[in-house]
Amino acid sequence: MLKKSNLILVTLGIALFAFVPNCKKGAATATLASDAASRVYVAPGEKDEVYAFLSGGFSGQMSVYGIPSARLFKIIPVFSVFPENGYGFDEETKDMLKTTHGYVPWDDSHHVEASMTDGKQDGRWMFLNANNTPRLARIDLKTFETKEILEIPNTAGNHASPFATENTEYLMAATRFSVPVPQASVAIDSFSKGGFKGTVTMVKVDKNTGRLSIELQVLVPGFDYDLSHCGKKKSHDWCFFSSYNSEQAHKMLEVGASKKDKDFILAFNWVRAKECKDQGKAYNFGGEYVNNFHDENKPAVSTKLSGVKMLNPKDCPGMMYYMPTPKSPHGTDVDSTGEYIVGGGKLASVIPVHSFSKMMEVKDKKEHHSTEIEGIPVLKYESTLAGEVQKPCLGPLHTEFDGQGYAYTSCFVSSEVVKWKLGTWEVVQHLPAYYSVGHLSIVGGSSTEPYGKYLIAMNKITKDRYLPVGMELPQSAQLYDISSGKAELLSDFPTVGEPHYSQMIPAKLIMDKTAKLFPLEENKHPYATKNENDAKIVRLGSTIHIYMTAIRSHFKPDIIEARTGETLYFHVTNLEQDYDIPHGFAIGGAPNMTNLLIMPGETRTFKWVAPKPGVYPFYCTDFCSALHQEMQQYIRVNP
Amino acid sequence: MKTLLFQTLSKRNRLLILGVGLVLISVYLIPIWSISIAAPQYPEGLGMQIWINKITGATPYDLKNINLLNHYIGMQEIVSESIPELLFMPYVLGYLIFGAFITELYPKVGMAILGIINLIIVGLVGLSDFWRWEYNYGHNLNPEAPIIVEGMAYQPPLLGCKVMLNITACSYPSYGGIILGLSLAVLVYILWDENRRKKTNAV
Ligand SMILES: [Cu+2]
Repeated sequence: MLKKSNLILVTLGIALFAFVPNCKKGAATATLASDAASRVYVAPGEKDEVYAFLSGGFSGQMSVYGIPSARLFKIIPVFSVFPENGYGFDEETKDMLKTTHGYVPWDDSHHVEASMTDGKQDGRWMFLNANNTPRLARIDLKTFETKEILEIPNTAGNHASPFATENTEYLMAATRFSVPVPQASVAIDSFSKGGFKGTVTMVKVDKNTGRLSIELQVLVPGFDYDLSHCGKKKSHDWCFFSSYNSEQAHKMLEVGASKKDKDFILAFNWVRAKECKDQGKAYNFGGEYVNNFHDENKPAVSTKLSGVKMLNPKDCPGMMYYMPTPKSPHGTDVDSTGEYIVGGGKLASVIPVHSFSKMMEVKDKKEHHSTEIEGIPVLKYESTLAGEVQKPCLGPLHTEFDGQGYAYTSCFVSSEVVKWKLGTWEVVQHLPAYYSVGHLSIVGGSSTEPYGKYLIAMNKITKDRYLPVGMELPQSAQLYDISSGKAELLSDFPTVGEPHYSQMIPAKLIMDKTAKLFPLEENKHPYATKNENDAKIVRLGSTIHIYMTAIRSHFKPDIIEARTGETLYFHVTNLEQDYDIPHGFAIGGAPNMTNLLIMPGETRTFKWVAPKPGVYPFYCTDFCSALHQEMQQYIRVNP
Repeated sequence: MKTLLFQTLSKRNRLLILGVGLVLISVYLIPIWSISIAAPQYPEGLGMQIWINKITGATPYDLKNINLLNHYIGMQEIVSESIPELLFMPYVLGYLIFGAFITELYPKVGMAILGIINLIIVGLVGLSDFWRWEYNYGHNLNPEAPIIVEGMAYQPPLLGCKVMLNITACSYPSYGGIILGLSLAVLVYILWDENRRKKTNAV
């Protein structure tokens, strides 16, 4: 009885609170929140509407969330080792992290790009950049696994990467840190004297296999190239790169690189670049790099490559133009029609929008050029300008489009998302973002056909949104519904690493295509054991190969003997052909290997050097059945 | 009665029997019976199909997974070779089809009656055999099985659904079985029709 009356009181309280006229922001948020809960609620057994792929920032990984529930589904290891499944440790995947600098088991991953066909997301691959040790990865959306990593030579800080052309013909990768190209020990103050350079790299994507290769590099002035986006439809041939530090300052960049009123967006005609290459205008240039490819059920193959084709802008007229853009632009984003190129000047007080048609009209008319930098004409600001969004916010960064004629721009300094109208350039809504928003993402928002509906804003600093968990607070993103005239905040959710950037894709494009298992009969691993009767131990001198099978709920062979110092390779094949039945494999005290998670029908290899004499248990780490706990055996190590 | 046995089949009924013979050929190509298994841990379900000469899973992997589940309770592995009847069943079907064609040469009502008797015998023997097979699988459990539930047997139903532990097993005729049943119905119809014809002729 008491309970019931309490309930009535509470209900009354909420009702009162809700009906307080809009005098306080808090009241509005409260009514919104109760409604929002039902809009992000995905009942048990129901599926989310959208996949969100978030980069992991300094975790070097990619994470997969369901939207609108914001539930974390998976962390896909890409540039950093992953003890949970042995990525980067086991014999199959350790070569994925090889570079010309050796084995680099960490990186800083900023930008996720989705593969596209005709400018529309096609759900085949995701691409991710590694900023620190310049690399680019392809993640297969059939298996949600990293299939390929390509190192980018002659660059430092692979930040403006990997941005795809309309049909994923190429991925663009440009220098964030200009450096001596080729690398050499030069005086740092020669930066401003042209001693430092940047490169723009065109990475070719094979349209059937997805395999990556370097087509061409273009040597560009030593600015910091920050972000990119490629054109669509009429601007199909072009990609746009924002740049900062056109001052070429080399100390105290905070001041030195913020002097000029305008930096540049570099317009790059990649079709023209390819044409110049084919005409022999590019020259052979050095640069060592590595390509790592992990074929299904085979050990990754790491190939060392050297040399690229390099092109100087002055040798290829019509390929590149600089469009002045205020001030230290971060985002350069092309709207769904391919006409507008929106700059996001971190320090700018306007959002400048360039018109592609205007650019095409004036680009080769001398009277619209203000100067030329190392063979690249600089167009006049007003000549390409379509309009400016006046006083939108502080620190506009990144813009995406809803396909309904509206653009959404994240603003770091004033911590908000502004919605504005393309063409009239007027701000129609300010959406507060709780603490320092970085990038934002709309479902399909960078494609020619945005699915709209949801927007997430990725926060850089969280402060008091969640229960405190020590000094490093949860990283966070915020979800908004943008399907109706007024965008609304739906929820906050904590994320893995720094959620730097994201691509969101309607679930229906991917969910029915994901692989459920590796068919055993197609397993081409050189050490596969496809039948329990073939399980065996093969000694080759002091190396022992154990052809091992795992099935609910045992390993075979189960008792293994070795002598101290011998090297054992456990080639474990998971014989299951059932969805969601991986087996794990771990050995007590193994110092250099973590765990293996072996998918149904897959073979993976655990390398172990027999330590001092004793008996060492090994066991299945992934709860696989009622007798999972019995899935354990021993290795005896003799003196 | 005797006159009915030797009464020549009407042209239409002869064609019907020829049709039955032809349709029965398809039974070589489709499953006769299917057993499906549903459990919370298998939301997509698992299925097993019995053909005239083999047992398969409903998907390429189902039989393997059913066997993996069954090994916990000590059930023998289900393989086609475990049912010797499957070795001669194709010949029995061949005999039925052959009978239908012979009827075209010797189109007497007696042949239809023979067909009915044959189908009923095949059905009864088949079903009792199937039951015996299910019984053996469900009851002859390995005494060293990891999971032993006192007094529990795992015999699937002959026809219909049954809950065993948390698994619901359903057993129903599949396309081939339905065709066999329809064949019997057609023959019974022919017999009824011929009997009616005999009466009208007699009047
Ligand atoms: Cu296991």
